[in-house]
Amino acid sequence: MKSKWTATPYFIWMAIFIIVPLGMVVYYAFSDDGKFSLQAFLDITIYAPVFFKSLWLALIATVISLVISYPLAYMMSRANAVTQKTMVMLIMLPMWMNFLLRIYALVTLLQENGLVEKFFSLFGIEVSIINTSTAVVIGMVYNFIPYMLMPIYTVMTKIDNNLIEAAADLGSNTFNVFKKVVIPLSLPGVVSGITMVFVPAASTFLVAQYLDGSNKLIGDFIEKEFLRDYSTGSALSLVLMVVMFIFIGLTNRFGNDDMEGMVI
Amino acid sequence: MKKKLCILLCLLLSLPWCLTSCKKYESEINVYNWGEYISDGSEDTYDVIREFELKYNIKVNYTEYDSNEYMYNVLKNNTGSAYDILVPSEYMVAKLIEEDMVQKINFENIPNYKYIDEKYKNLPFDPNNEYSIPYFAGTLGIVYNKTMVDEEVDSWEILWDEKYKEKIFMIDNSRDAFAVALTVLGYDPNNCTKEQIDEAMELLKKQRPLVYTYGMDQVFNCMEQDQCALGVYYAGDAVTMMENNENLDFVVPKEGSNMFVDSIVIPKNAENKEGAEKFINFLLDPEVSAANAEYVCYTSCNEASYELIDEEIIEDDIIYPDEEVYERCFYFSNMEKELYDYLQKAWIKVQI
Repeated sequence: MKSKWTATPYFIWMAIFIIVPLGMVVYYAFSDDGKFSLQAFLDITIYAPVFFKSLWLALIATVISLVISYPLAYMMSRANAVTQKTMVMLIMLPMWMNFLLRIYALVTLLQENGLVEKFFSLFGIEVSIINTSTAVVIGMVYNFIPYMLMPIYTVMTKIDNNLIEAAADLGSNTFNVFKKVVIPLSLPGVVSGITMVFVPAASTFLVAQYLDGSNKLIGDFIEKEFLRDYSTGSALSLVLMVVMFIFIGLTNRFGNDDMEGMVI
Repeated sequence: MKKKLCILLCLLLSLPWCLTSCKKYESEINVYNWGEYISDGSEDTYDVIREFELKYNIKVNYTEYDSNEYMYNVLKNNTGSAYDILVPSEYMVAKLIEEDMVQKINFENIPNYKYIDEKYKNLPFDPNNEYSIPYFAGTLGIVYNKTMVDEEVDSWEILWDEKYKEKIFMIDNSRDAFAVALTVLGYDPNNCTKEQIDEAMELLKKQRPLVYTYGMDQVFNCMEQDQCALGVYYAGDAVTMMENNENLDFVVPKEGSNMFVDSIVIPKNAENKEGAEKFINFLLDPEVSAANAEYVCYTSCNEASYELIDEEIIEDDIIYPDEEVYERCFYFSNMEKELYDYLQKAWIKVQI
């Protein structure tokens, strides 16, 4: 029982910086000049298309991150210790830079006559990436991919090599080893990776503002609404939070069916 | 031995901190200003705040904002320490006066007010000049790239020309963006109806496919790196862009444009009015004002400082335009709250 006390600092932190602000968001969402009102929720119906677009782009970014991260994580987890350390450091390296700076760098890379366009034009391919949804998805993947890679990698390093060898000894081909041993054992990492990419990607702001400035996403509009009027901004973020909550619930359930109690 | 050395080093390192922070100031003032809006001592410029602190022994707590609306929200919901000085733009000054959020300034404590250029006194947003003191002014106009635009730029209508598809930078500020659209339609941006706002909204929606991005400080990257041909932005910043890209030029369209006047005010709940007035008077000193004018590159409202400002800046037609440009321009006045909300919502609808 005593060990409960060790969490006290965090509970105090959570109460002040998470619970109280959340309470304020709920208060503002349901009030208008101090009176109870649902006006803010009626006002935000115009955001429906932006809302779905944000979720859709975040989903694409999550899938791309997963497709890139999974094989890489597997490769890393089977490599020798020195390679593993170097790779982890290389992946974490961009995170040492400020988020905004990374976005600026991406703008310079993707913009007209930028490096990416010049590179493709060497092969006679004309691409124009800036100010498209592609640019936004690239920005999301670029920024959030470490959050996908790290949990999967961590889980995979814990998979005992003997299990893989045993499966192979008993006659499984490579495909079946992967399907029957590696994937089920790494699922908890995949689930936390998906949550950790999808949630920030769907609510991200600045990425779209800089990479597709005439088609901003919901995060940018929440910021805009907060500058204008707390009620509408709060209502908007409350709805987004509920959607996220349902999403996390669903993915966690999916993970729990196969692996009990190992998720986040 | 090593330990002693370490302690000694620590003490030495904390010495400068002690020298600055242990100094006792008589009082403090809280200043809330636009970003990059005061000469801050960087690159050998005059450090206004430091000089003021030394001269009057008053500590200045300086914070910055980047939009009038944001500043207003902070002021409205502020529960912490009060601000003593704000620098809102003209329409926000009018709004603050109307909502009784600012107080009358005691001009006897500000003898340097006499240096303010007559043309910035008694403007419609504060007709008797009781609450506000003009700090910097400037126009909204079109920055354009001479290599990408062949024709003469003299009208807002060029912003709807299909030729410049995805080559137009549009300012992301509801009042300014609608001022452009309303002016094109021939309406008065200060005195418009909801129907006129709707019409302007449709016009802005029509422009959206041509717009490269809606933004504020992204304009520097867009224009300096030849990403956009045309950009709607402020004169002072246009000059900064032109320093970095010689192909750029700036024009105030013939239909007229907004002239903004960012003015110093003292909020009602200020805790150190006396200190605030000392600070305002210090800002209006011709030499301090000239230093700020050289740093900020907007139009200084301080006539006495004109002689002291670097020639290159004072003779720049964009920062200090001819009388004729002034005649074309209008000042924003406060809009009715309902109409203003309507306009802000319309601006969001344009971008959704």
